[in-house]
Amino acid sequence: MKTTSPSASCRLFLALALLSGALLSGCATTGQGDPRDPLESVNRATFQFNDQLDRVVLEPVARGYTNVVPEPARDCIGNIFGNMSDAWTAVNNLLEGNPHDGGSDICRVAVNTTVGLGGCFDVASGMGLDKHKKDFGLTLGVWGVAPGPYIVLPLFGPSDLRDSAGLVVDFETDPVGYLYPVWQRNTIEVVRAIDARSQLLGASDLLSGAALDKYIFVRDGYFTRRRSQIYNGNPPDEPDDTEVNPLQTPQQPAPAAGAAPRKTSFYRMLNPDPHTLGTSDAPRPDDGQVALSTD
Amino acid sequence: MNSVVKRLCGGLIAVACGMAFFGGAMAQGAPEAPDVLVKRLVEDVMATVKSDKDIQAGSITKINDLVESKILPSVDFKRMTASAVGKNWSAATPDQQTQITEQFRKLLVYTYAGALSQVRDQQIQFKPFRADAGDTTVVVQTQVVNTKGGEPIQLNYKLTKEGDAWKIIDVNVLGVWLVENYRSTFAQQVSQGGIDGLIKALVDKNAQLAAQKGKA
Repeated sequence: MKTTSPSASCRLFLALALLSGALLSGCATTGQGDPRDPLESVNRATFQFNDQLDRVVLEPVARGYTNVVPEPARDCIGNIFGNMSDAWTAVNNLLEGNPHDGGSDICRVAVNTTVGLGGCFDVASGMGLDKHKKDFGLTLGVWGVAPGPYIVLPLFGPSDLRDSAGLVVDFETDPVGYLYPVWQRNTIEVVRAIDARSQLLGASDLLSGAALDKYIFVRDGYFTRRRSQIYNGNPPDEPDDTEVNPLQTPQQPAPAAGAAPRKTSFYRMLNPDPHTLGTSDAPRPDDGQVALSTD
Repeated sequence: MNSVVKRLCGGLIAVACGMAFFGGAMAQGAPEAPDVLVKRLVEDVMATVKSDKDIQAGSITKINDLVESKILPSVDFKRMTASAVGKNWSAATPDQQTQITEQFRKLLVYTYAGALSQVRDQQIQFKPFRADAGDTTVVVQTQVVNTKGGEPIQLNYKLTKEGDAWKIIDVNVLGVWLVENYRSTFAQQVSQGGIDGLIKALVDKNAQLAAQKGKA
């Protein structure tokens, strides 16, 4: 029996996903989409695929799991996986130059592994050592790597170029990937996936309820959340974020329209959008005539 | 030694500021400070939800009552809607604006109902509130903690000062501002089908959610 390198299949999968994304980007049409999402048509297809797969397989399995396995056991399983990820979170917090959180994470792992019986009980949270969740994609972000284009990975879901690269490192450093024999490793991977999905059961209900276009809602949320995480929950306002209060109308539409081209001017140049061009902020000579003709 | 002195001074300054603020508040007929307002609302709602089985089961009627009686007075739905619609807002007629606001409110109440039905053992922790006296827009930071452990869920409230009162205009869940996150979807709907297209999309979505609720 040959030894398999950690998560080889996962890496292969990621590589394929990235490659297919890059190849297909040529034929992806970028009508009037978001400049952060040049692969929208491919991404939408993958999103659809993931959604379908989730509906048919993952979600029912996760629901079955929550129905069959009693809550204390589920909590214990979730906490054990959480404890394992805390160790990697600690490393990332230290790499990000975040010694306070990193130190707290190390204490969490120490406390939960011992007093919490191998991570089964999250004793540390009760002691005021809050759980954090960091991955290598975030560390790259803290180091100044830009997110790059949005990528929906098959199975893994929303990501971007930077976070996909980070995910590869996350896999490499995952101790479960080094477990042997393979059946044990796979069993743990599957249980971990089911546990992760079961914890999202409520959230996915909410999401499908809240969104008009789930794809866009998830995509925009992904970028905002990752940015917020990079700044430890306190991101500075983006120039675009400055809230337009449309209720205060004394100003001409100029500021709203003037704020938009900041990052889209180049994009607009490539993709002139008849709609926005039509409602340009420039005063139009025929404004008065239009008003008259409707009278 | 030095740090002790520093801390002591800091404490004294805080007390002094607190008193000054309190005094100022009293003089103006005591408008509620934003963090106090959020705390009161959140604690009130949590207590109601934890004691009401119908709300936990996701009863829209009950949750609507809760929203109307407790939350609505402190939320500026019109401002929320305007912000989600963005620059297209001024292109809508007053009648269309009312319709969008009404439909968006319904959608948010549905979402809120879903969130409330998941409230069980969670506790809300309030982070230290920081704001300058002259601020007209502030963020109150809280986090939802599951008593059994796990990662706390960040839940922040953005409030703006309208006259003497503070009103909630957006909610941040896990780093994402909810109302802001609707902007590009709304803009897309408007670019495809105009303002009426957006209204129709919202009406359809609400009808779909109502049908699901009926089935469940």
